[in-house]
Amino acid sequence: MQIIKPDININFMGQRKLALVLSVIILAIGVASLFTRGINFGLDFTGGTLIEVGYPAAPELGDVRQALTDAGFDDFTVQTFGAARDIVVRMPADQDDESGADLSTQVLRALSAQEPGIELRRVEFVGPQVGQELAEQGGLAMLYALFGILLYVSFRFQWRFAVGAVAALVHDVLLVVGILSLFQVNFDLTVVAAILAVIGYSLNDTIVLYDRLRENFRIKRKGTPTELCNLSINQMLGRTLMTSLTTLLVLIALFYFGGEIIHAFAFTLIIGVIVGTYSSIYIAGNAAIILGVTKQDLMPVEKEGEDQPDMEVLPERFRGRQGT
Amino acid sequence: MNRFPPWKYALLVIALGIGLVYSLPNLFGDDPAVQVSSLRGFELERDMPARIEAAMGNAGIEFDSIEFEPQRLLVRLGNVDRQARAADVLTDALGEDYVVALNLAPATPPWLRALRAEPMTLGLDLQGGVHFLMQVDMDTARTQQLERFVTQIRNLLRDEQIRYRSVRMDRNQIVTELRSVEDRERAMRVLGRQVEELVLETRDGSETFNIRASIDEDVLRDLQQTALRQNITTLRNRVNELGVSEPIIQQQGADRIVVQLPGVQDPARAKQVLGSTATVEYRGVDEQNDPFEAHRTGRVPPQSLLYFMRNGDPILLSRTVIASGDNLINAQAGFDSQTGAPNVVVSLDGPGARSMLEHTSQNVGNRMAVVFIEHRPEVREENGEEIHTTRRVEEVISAAVTREPFGGRFQTTGLGSATEASQLAMLLRAGALAAPMQIIEERTVGPSLGQDNIDQGFRSVIIGFILVLIVMAIYYKVFGLVANIALTVNLVLIVALLSLLGATLTLPGIAGIVLTVGMAVDANVLIYERIREELNNGNSPQAAIRAGYEKAFSTIADANVTTLIAAVVLFLFGTGPIKGFAVTLSLGIVTSMFTAIIGTRAVVHLIYGRKKRLKALAI
Repeated sequence: MQIIKPDININFMGQRKLALVLSVIILAIGVASLFTRGINFGLDFTGGTLIEVGYPAAPELGDVRQALTDAGFDDFTVQTFGAARDIVVRMPADQDDESGADLSTQVLRALSAQEPGIELRRVEFVGPQVGQELAEQGGLAMLYALFGILLYVSFRFQWRFAVGAVAALVHDVLLVVGILSLFQVNFDLTVVAAILAVIGYSLNDTIVLYDRLRENFRIKRKGTPTELCNLSINQMLGRTLMTSLTTLLVLIALFYFGGEIIHAFAFTLIIGVIVGTYSSIYIAGNAAIILGVTKQDLMPVEKEGEDQPDMEVLPERFRGRQGT
Repeated sequence: MNRFPPWKYALLVIALGIGLVYSLPNLFGDDPAVQVSSLRGFELERDMPARIEAAMGNAGIEFDSIEFEPQRLLVRLGNVDRQARAADVLTDALGEDYVVALNLAPATPPWLRALRAEPMTLGLDLQGGVHFLMQVDMDTARTQQLERFVTQIRNLLRDEQIRYRSVRMDRNQIVTELRSVEDRERAMRVLGRQVEELVLETRDGSETFNIRASIDEDVLRDLQQTALRQNITTLRNRVNELGVSEPIIQQQGADRIVVQLPGVQDPARAKQVLGSTATVEYRGVDEQNDPFEAHRTGRVPPQSLLYFMRNGDPILLSRTVIASGDNLINAQAGFDSQTGAPNVVVSLDGPGARSMLEHTSQNVGNRMAVVFIEHRPEVREENGEEIHTTRRVEEVISAAVTREPFGGRFQTTGLGSATEASQLAMLLRAGALAAPMQIIEERTVGPSLGQDNIDQGFRSVIIGFILVLIVMAIYYKVFGLVANIALTVNLVLIVALLSLLGATLTLPGIAGIVLTVGMAVDANVLIYERIREELNNGNSPQAAIRAGYEKAFSTIADANVTTLIAAVVLFLFGTGPIKGFAVTLSLGIVTSMFTAIIGTRAVVHLIYGRKKRLKALAI
């Protein structure tokens, strides 16, 4: 079976202005949401206490709240988690109270006084100091990853490609974070892991495209960089879509069957894979072209007596087309 | 013709064989078992297996096997019912000094265990349990240390009859105010000789001549490390009381300790037990009166107190405490340099050393005892309510004759064995003043959630996996099937590597495996698309296969190395859940490259390689 025909020729580069406008619009929405709604940071970063309790039968949330109020708590939220029988109580970190770790014990006692049949499913307590450290580490990890990638791509390709790849990555991360903010997804450590995986995935796509672009630059005698870029994208289209499809399939399985805890993680990755696929088609190549990649940049250092790659002529259908 | 050199096939077969062997243990599940260990974390006695066999025989409980390691003993039982009965019987039979814990021991067959093949360990989020991150308060530890130095300096100056105005703490330094330059010079000489841990500096006050002393950086680091180690030792002792079968207690960073207690379902009790304290006291032995008589009649001489040795014998000790855990700096088990007999070398701080010297110079030939005092938390049921109390437990852990007067550094010999020496040192350290600790992170997962996580995790892996298999088979036909074989082998290899490395499988780890399954096909897709392209360019099938694999190689390598960079960064900076994800993702990248580049090519060559007149490929 072959969905993408070998002679496919979509003028991706011709639509790049449209793509640019689309990217800018979504980015603007995302950034606006980041400023107005902010990120719904999870416990890992804000610090605080989370207690998940399983009830024998779905309780009235009002009753649960009442039980906690009666026990003397005032700053808390009560929500269901996945199923109606699972209740999550969240409490913010108390900067002054050193004994935050005991809070969960008291909450549990208050809840079991009201309904003895409850079962403790999960407690998470993160001290404010730890929360801050985790946030710093997460941010640092992302910067180091981007920097390491920049170095490797500069080394393997050329700095313009590296800048293009990183531009695509920054675009992806901003878009994903913007969408997470828009949907107010609970932003915890697993989401950071997911974003880093998105970086890895999107990069994978970009590198594959660059690799083909480099090859075409070397073996095609004719064609402007824009034409060659378009040719490369078309040649790789089948692969790009197939890999995205299989990855999306497993992610959807994870999203629907992986349970509530892994939800945000799977959601982030699904958004990331879609965005990453789009960006490696429209952004990565574009960025390199805009930065002025030329054939000379990618010519291998010629060695005497070594076989030169055979020169091919640019196929008819790609000639004379400017990417405007 | 496309053929592979035989060594590549050999490599594949070996990799597959190793993969199968080391992933196999994960299929066998667990045996219900009972684990016996010493309450204090000592090694078990050699006759323990025999004792347990006898106890089990008397109670008429059948068991599969007894495995003895010096640190612990494992009794495997056929079912959960027998496990519970065995635990009750052994708790009664062994008494208070041992911990009997329920355990699920991997049911790995002996021949696999001989190859060191073990199943993956499940993380706390999968098997349930408690995770604590404890912060050791190093500021307090340093202040305590400075206070000790203040006392020591005062005593030294007094001994040398140097008049001083004051010795006090000033933030992280000790300021000694003296009245004249001459006094200060003498004090500098004395302190420089006697207190090597301090860095001294002269500074003039408005009316006084001062010495500013701060703790040497290296010494400070050592002190912190010691404080941390002491806390870890104390925690180990505490955790043993909880009866956890496989606790993890590790240092993290410079001043933190991770405590993981798999299977513990009551975090409140765990917190209480971890928070309890212990100390030691040195007291002189009352040799004038008969302890047995005092015990029998209940008449204890007024200047003495009645204590009990670990073997149950009574002993009379003086009411005066010579030195306590606060004064103890370190206790180390070793061997006497002259006789080679096992010993414990103890160092005390200044005040402890002075009072020790005072006591020992008057009591040569008498015994001196060490009392271990512990506050054990207990839960009692009263009128249907749980009452949390602490019980003070005191026992004499050593009573040795003083041969000659000594001060701050001395050794205890005459210990039965090296084991006994290390036990004594361990108890002494546990009783030493440790820096205060605080829980700064807690993650508890109840058993039902753990099971849910396992079920959902595995279900999503299997569903995702099958979906990918179907798509690949439809889209790439024969080559798709080859890719599916590679994908399956890939999964086996990941599991084998995780088991071999002793990695812990967590829920994010499972997510990493799922993601790897999706991404692992990428290498295959790249190759197959390339082969299709080559075929469309009019190449012969054999040439297309060769060109496909060769040209796709650099792309695959570049793409995977960059993803690997992201995964490695994730591993280096991540904690807990992120690390688990990073490990499976990195392993997945490596194994998927191997299976896609070498594995599928080998199979493709087996299918098509020898056909000279190959017309078409099923791709």
